[in-house]
Amino acid sequence: MAESKVAPAIVPGEIAARGVSKSYGAVRFRKEIVRDCSFTIERAKLTVMVGPSGCGKSTLIRLLAGFEQPSAGTVTLDGATISGPGRDRLVVFQETALFPWMTTWDNILYGPRARGQLTKEALEFGEFLLVKVGLQEFRDKYPGQLSGGMQRRAELARAMINNPKVMILDEPFRGLDAMTKELMWEYYSRLYEENRRTNFFVTTDIDEAVFLADRVLVMSNIPTQVRAVIDVDLPRPRKLSDLVESDRANDIKKQALSILHAEAMRSFSRGSKAAADFVEAYLKRASRA
Amino acid sequence: MKKMLSNPVFWRGVASIAVFLILWEIGSRSKQWMAPEFFTPFKEFLGAMGFKKDYLPWVGAVPAPSAVLDSWTAVFVDASYWQSWYMSFFRVMSGFIAAMIIGIPFGLSLAMSRVAHGIGFPVFEVLRPIPPLAWVPASIIFWPTQESAIAFITFLGAFYTIVINVLGGARSIDVRYFQAAQSMGASRADIFRRIVLPGTLPSIVVGSAVGMGITWEVVVAAEMISGGGSQIGGTRGGGLGFFIWLSYVGGSYEQIVVGMISIGIAGFASSELLRWLGRYATPWLKAR
Repeated sequence: MAESKVAPAIVPGEIAARGVSKSYGAVRFRKEIVRDCSFTIERAKLTVMVGPSGCGKSTLIRLLAGFEQPSAGTVTLDGATISGPGRDRLVVFQETALFPWMTTWDNILYGPRARGQLTKEALEFGEFLLVKVGLQEFRDKYPGQLSGGMQRRAELARAMINNPKVMILDEPFRGLDAMTKELMWEYYSRLYEENRRTNFFVTTDIDEAVFLADRVLVMSNIPTQVRAVIDVDLPRPRKLSDLVESDRANDIKKQALSILHAEAMRSFSRGSKAAADFVEAYLKRASRA
Repeated sequence: MKKMLSNPVFWRGVASIAVFLILWEIGSRSKQWMAPEFFTPFKEFLGAMGFKKDYLPWVGAVPAPSAVLDSWTAVFVDASYWQSWYMSFFRVMSGFIAAMIIGIPFGLSLAMSRVAHGIGFPVFEVLRPIPPLAWVPASIIFWPTQESAIAFITFLGAFYTIVINVLGGARSIDVRYFQAAQSMGASRADIFRRIVLPGTLPSIVVGSAVGMGITWEVVVAAEMISGGGSQIGGTRGGGLGFFIWLSYVGGSYEQIVVGMISIGIAGFASSELLRWLGRYATPWLKAR
């Protein structure tokens, strides 16, 4: 994308969360989801947050996107406090959030059109992205007519046309079949390697995390905190076939797994029901790695 | 057309209607229920229900399809029969369109604004369970003309259904659509126009189709009750409901059935028209 004339220059941003807490509910029934959580989503890097399901990752995303405000602490983008949703931080949602009543093309153009900036440049960039995500033949189809993988790519294009400083992806490949999912990993990581935008990717899948990430944030169970930060120093561009062979990649996976396992045992000993499932899931996964 | 003729579903439909008509014709000509001895065990009960010994309800009392068809060809050239069609359609459409014009914005505002919901919904919920026909006497007193009273009652028939559907439809729009639109920089007006309206459209279509059905039910009853005297059509302005009533009073039983079938056809045609418009308005739903 860097070489393209139609694509506007990318300005990667950096998000910093400092001492962020978030609780829900009235005083007596207050439940703390995120407690004193601090991390940085570094400029022009792909940061992946991995943690068990139900560990408050989606809550963190709502805070970063500005849909909700933290109960304590601050979230800043390039030093400025985030106080509401904005086009500088776009979220690609779990499952799909394409507008079902718009064609692929109208979905992609939604941002510029809504802001009244449907200029010649925006149209050209849209055209460019449509080709980039390989959907030129599906331009006039509705989301219901696209396959799961096509929907995710359309959604990536719909976010990228707004040229955000940070892209936030909330388990975007969840629900895809294994084959499509791996194709999407390669596709998405190529996209990232080409444009080096700041990306924040949330997942429950360690294979996905290690394949995609520059940095992995391993999260604790609720109340959410960062347990460990692992730098993934694997060379780019990455290919799935290379990575399966790579000892370094397997080391990183084992490292992340052992942290998650310890975390699982901890919440298990506290008697949480969710933790039991979580221990089981990770034991199963660890025996495969 | 050719596709339709080769479609077994179409022929099944034709066969079902044909069998129905044949059974009706036979039943109507037979004029006789089963042997009366058959009912001896139930004598006590039937007596308590007020049935006479030699009379039990039976299709024989209903005119046969052939007789109905004769009667139909007779009224087919009668202008007052078509005047009845016109009057009923006119009332249904005016009530229905008014219900759309008032109901859709009302439902949307209930869904969009807490204040509007707080003020409007309680009154709406109290009035909603009152059947439109219970409004007949009150609306005859309230509205200056018979015509406006009938239009008002048909309006009520469609109004509640449309509002409930619009409200439910707008509220069930996925919150992520709003979040996505908001983060891409959409204004409130834009979210309303490009997210809320199309997101509610399928519910508007469903609500209108159901509302249309209710409107036909209500208009016929309202016409019967109000006696059909109308300033617009004079004595001929009664509509199909009054057409049935007149036929009953005049003892022309074939015409009663003609009127009933006419309403069936009219209701079916209006629903078909709405379904067709609905498909046209929501192309993304069929494209799956």
